[in-house]
This record gives sequence, C-alpha cells and structure tokens, in this order.
Amino acid sequence: MIFRVFNKEELSALFDVLAENIIVGPVEKALDKDGIPLYSFELVRDYEELRLQYPSTKISAKKYFLPHNETLSSFSVDKEGWTKHVDYNIYKPLVFFGMHACDINALNKLDKVLLESVYPTPYYGSKRKNMFIVGVNCTPQSHCFCRDMGADTVQHGFDMFLTDLGDRYFVEVLSAEAFNYLDRINSREAVEVDHLDYMKRVKERIGKFTSKVDTTDLTKILDMEFDAEVWREWGEKCLSCGTCANVCPTCYCYGVDEQVDLDLKGAHKIKHLHSCNLLDFAEVAGGHNFRPESYIRLKYRYYHKHRGFVEAFEESLCVGCGRCGEACLADITVPEVIASVRGEG
Amino acid sequence: MSGELSYLGVSLSRPRVAFFELTSCEGCQLQIFNKEATLIDFLSLVEPVNFREVMDEKSNDYQIAFVEGAVTRQDEVVKLQKIRENAEILVALGSCACFGGVAQLKNRFNDMEWVKKEVYGDYPIDTQQARPLSAEVKVDLEIYGCPIKKEEVERIVVDLLVGKAITHPKYPVCMECKANENICLFDLGEPCLGPVTRGGCDSWCPNSRMGCWGCRGPAEAANMDQMIKIMARHGISRETMLDRLECFGGFAGYVEEMRTDETNEDIQGNSE
Ligand code: SF4
Ligand code: SF4
Ligand code: SF4
Ligand code: SF4
Ligand code: SF4
Repeated sequence: MIFRVFNKEELSALFDVLAENIIVGPVEKALDKDGIPLYSFELVRDYEELRLQYPSTKISAKKYFLPHNETLSSFSVDKEGWTKHVDYNIYKPLVFFGMHACDINALNKLDKVLLESVYPTPYYGSKRKNMFIVGVNCTPQSHCFCRDMGADTVQHGFDMFLTDLGDRYFVEVLSAEAFNYLDRINSREAVEVDHLDYMKRVKERIGKFTSKVDTTDLTKILDMEFDAEVWREWGEKCLSCGTCANVCPTCYCYGVDEQVDLDLKGAHKIKHLHSCNLLDFAEVAGGHNFRPESYIRLKYRYYHKHRGFVEAFEESLCVGCGRCGEACLADITVPEVIASVRGEG
Repeated sequence: MSGELSYLGVSLSRPRVAFFELTSCEGCQLQIFNKEATLIDFLSLVEPVNFREVMDEKSNDYQIAFVEGAVTRQDEVVKLQKIRENAEILVALGSCACFGGVAQLKNRFNDMEWVKKEVYGDYPIDTQQARPLSAEVKVDLEIYGCPIKKEEVERIVVDLLVGKAITHPKYPVCMECKANENICLFDLGEPCLGPVTRGGCDSWCPNSRMGCWGCRGPAEAANMDQMIKIMARHGISRETMLDRLECFGGFAGYVEEMRTDETNEDIQGNSE
C-alpha cells in the first residue's frame, strides 16, 4: 500500500480536484430538539458544507446504491409492437467524500451478496462500480460497536482513506485514480514520524469504544437460544415498522411491484426496499404468513445478521454502526438484544 | 370519453362510476380533480355517470359507487342503502367513510341533543352519532386518508380494471417516512402517530415536518402499548396522544381501551 500525507489546508484543494465529479458527503441536515446537529449524506456543492468530523449519519448512504424505491424497468405497447426499457439508474460516477470504516465495510459485505454471487444484480453493480470513495477516520460514538463486528478498520473497497493527525492528513492510497488526484495537490510521501503519529491515533481511538457486543460462539448461542423467552420480550416492544432495516447500511431485502400505467399503454416494475420486521415479509400467495408474530420476525432479523450470514461468509452482516438502535423508537438495540440472548441482559 | 379500452391487446370495459357524499367536506372528491396532469387519463378509464362536483347528469345505472362521508342522519342511511342496491362495488372513499372521520369527534359527547343545541340552536335537524359506511351496509373496498391520496386512487382504479388484487400497505407510516429520509419528529421533540398508522400516504405529513395524526387508521400490526410508552418517554402527554388518536376515528377501539384504563386508574387512585 502507498501512504501519503498532506497538510490540512490542502483538504479544500482535494475537494476541488474531486469536484469535477459529483460529490456526496456528510452534511448537517437539521438540529434536533436539544440543538444537536443531525447529519446525512447529501450532494455537496460547496466545500464549506462538508462536515468531515461528523459523528455519524442518522441513515446510511444506501439511497445512492440501494435506493428505497427504484424503477427497474418499464415497457410500452402500441400497434407496432412493444418496447422494453431497462435502466440501472446511474448516469455519472459519484465521489463519496468522508465515509467511515463501518460504511465501507458495509459495501464490501453487500458486494459478496449482490456482486460476487451466482446472480449478480446489475442495479447495484453499476452503482458500486461507479463510486470513488474517500474514507475518513472517526471518533467512536456511544452507540458504535463496529470494533466487535470487525468493522472498525477497512482493508479494501475504497480509493483513499484519510486519518486526521491534527495538522495533517495521513492517506492510505488504494487506487491509481486516488494516487493521481493526490498528485494534483500538495502531498508528500509519509515518513516515520507520520507512521508513529498514525499508530498513536489508532490506539487513542480504540480506547474510546464503550458499546460492546460479545460475539464469542454467537452462532452457536443463537442456535441454542432459539426458543429463549427474551425473544418474546423484545417482540412485545417491536413496532414492526422497518426503521431498523431502512437506516441499516447492509439490509438489502426488497419487494417488486408491477404498476400498470394510467393510460394502459405499458407498465413499470418498481423495487421497494422491505424489512423482515414488517408484518407481510413472509406472507405468500393465499395470504399464508410464515412469521405472523412480531417476535419471530425480530428474531429472524438477528438470525440473518449474526448467524446465517456468518455461516455463509464467515462474517456478520452487521457492521456495528449502531444506527438501528439509535433510530428504533422502541429502544431495541443490537448490544442489548445480543446480551440478553447470552443471558447477560 | 370514448374509444375502446384495452391492456396488452385485451379489451376492457369502462366501468360506469358514480360519486356520492354523505357528511363530509368533499375534500376527497376534490382530490380526484386536483392533479390535472393525469386527470384526462384517469377520466378516460371510467365513465362517470353521477358526480355532483363536476357534472349535471344523474343516473342510477352504475357499477362502482365511491361514497365519501360519514353517516350522521337517517336520510343518509336511506341514501346509502339505495346506493348499495345499485352498485356492484361500493367503495368507502376517505377516512370519514371508512371510520367516521372528523365528524365522529362529536361522538365523544354522550348527549347528542346537547351537541345539536350547541351547534344549531333551535333549528330542527336530525343528528345521530357519526358512523362509518360499514356500520350500515356492506363495503367492498376502503380507500383511507383524510384526504385520500390521488395516486393511490389511480392505482386502485387501474388494478380494478385489469383485474389485479387490490392491496393496501400493511406497514406503518414510518416505513415510507424513513424511505423519504425525513428527520424523525421525535428527534425534534414532537409527537407522531407514524409508528402505528397505516402507510400508503408516502408519509405526507412528516415530509412537511408535521407529525402524523393517524388519518389512515391503524397499521395491521399496530403496537399501541409501545406507542403509549414512546409518547411518555418523549414527554408527550396522554391527552395530546388521545387527541390525535381520536381525530379521524380509525383508532376508536384503542381510544376506548385507553379511556377505560384511565377511568379504572382514577377509580383505583380515588379509593386509595
Ligand atoms: S426493532 Fe425497532 S426499528 Fe426495527 S421494526 Fe422493531 S420497532 Fe421498528
Ligand atoms: S444491524 Fe444495526 S448496527 Fe448492524 S449494520 Fe445494521 S444498522 Fe448498523
Ligand atoms: S432479512 Fe432482515 S436483516 Fe436480513 S437483510 Fe433482509 S431486512 Fe435485513
Ligand atoms: S417522523 Fe413519525 S413516521 Fe417518521 S419515522 Fe418518526 S415516528 Fe415514524
Ligand atoms: S402522515 Fe398520517 S395524518 Fe398525514 S396523511 Fe399520512 S396517515 Fe394521514
């Protein structure tokens, strides 16, 4: 890997050279009732709007690679015949300026399912292949447990990764494009003092994690505790609202609707992200529902994330970003659910 | 509107439709005319034979009747029964027709005579408890909302025409609200009934930073116990929550339960 360094004042220059593309990054979206800023990933036209020091965003960046609603295809029929229109809904590459390690890891996990599987999905693939990612280091928040999920650092799946060393940025360079962009600003090769400062930073950060999820033997424990009473207790709280899946950077479930056009000349196929907590997630033709109870639906959310996916890919489908627990109005959080299943709650 | 209707080469018959209103603001019917861009397409799918808001002719020969409004008078009961006899499909259009709507707020008062006197003085008028259509006749299809969402009506009419099953979202408003990436009203310190209210409105109110008032009635897995706890945790009074739950009538059963619980608590509290 190539390591480079540039002074903080050069950050706007980096933004400028990247701004020949469309830039998506963390911006302040609103203030909450206590005056605390809430962040989200939006198109950034002005460098001044970019908030690289953001704690985390309420919702992951997934609208850019797994849109909540997406028209997959349409057709129209007339006297001459019929025409089909398939659109992957990506016209220009996007630069993601300021993704945290968890969110890049989330993309790497999605790649395994949506790109590297037997039937890769071009709707995701086209967007993923047209991303340029600038990662940035973060300060662990009280809800972050990415370290326990092995997602607090990221090895691949981005172009460059910035670590704030106070007066300068330490840059891991993964792609030739990234190297070329850095060539256009004032940057230099990293030297020993940079390496030492970097390692110091990493150590400081590790000390800041407070939220914990013990994953020791977790797949086995989940198997053993399939009928545990705690599932019912969590299920009683659950609103079956789907918020957890909607804010999650790795949930990819969806449903497809075919809508006949109002003029009856064609139809559109539209994909909507769904959630396994919704009442009709396991409803099939004839109205039969395999998971009518909310505790069972909630349980399977955990089984997919922390058991099924681990068995298939030797890693969890959760990156520990903690967004689901933050957003859940019923206060259902991953650390608490897992602890309770382990008999520690 | 003339011309053959067909989809994928299969010809379809254009249904004769009629619109009626009982006790309502006529806002739902107006919604149908609100979206000019698709109005022509929409009207070419059906043959309106009775639509007081836009045409003079009246006919009792129709297949689909869209009935807006709650039942609050005896003459409305008679009118509704007539419509039921004439229509193959009777659609309750909007929350008044589905749940009693805003008009059912008066049901909170036990003494209907007193209500009448407050509003109309000595003017002789019939007024009964406001009821949904389903209290009087069989309803084939309910379209929720105060007002209804035009896009949803368009979809339902197209689905009826081509013979697709009509479905409503079972999930709550939060699902669409999160898809729209709104800031949650609770983060802003405001109440919202989105977690227990049926979706389908594309989170209309939260999109404008207004909490949901529950106009579409309960979602199919509405967890009211948890909703009560959420409101309490966010410092929102039970009365504020009840005001919202009571507004459109969809949550009448839950409201009754909550009021009964309160009365029981009061009795227990007093006897201590
Ligand atoms: S766990 Fe929370 S966010 Fe997820 S469906 Fe249940 S109540 Fe909604
Ligand atoms: S399950 Fe929760 S903590 Fe895990 S990746 Fe999804 S939102 Fe983040
Ligand atoms: S099954 Fe549930 S947890 Fe798994 S990806 Fe789908 S929505 Fe997410
Ligand atoms: S604003 Fe209302 S509808 Fe939207 S997420 Fe929050 S509670 Fe749900
Ligand atoms: S957000 Fe609630 S009150 Fe507003 S339109 Fe939707 S269901 Fe009705």
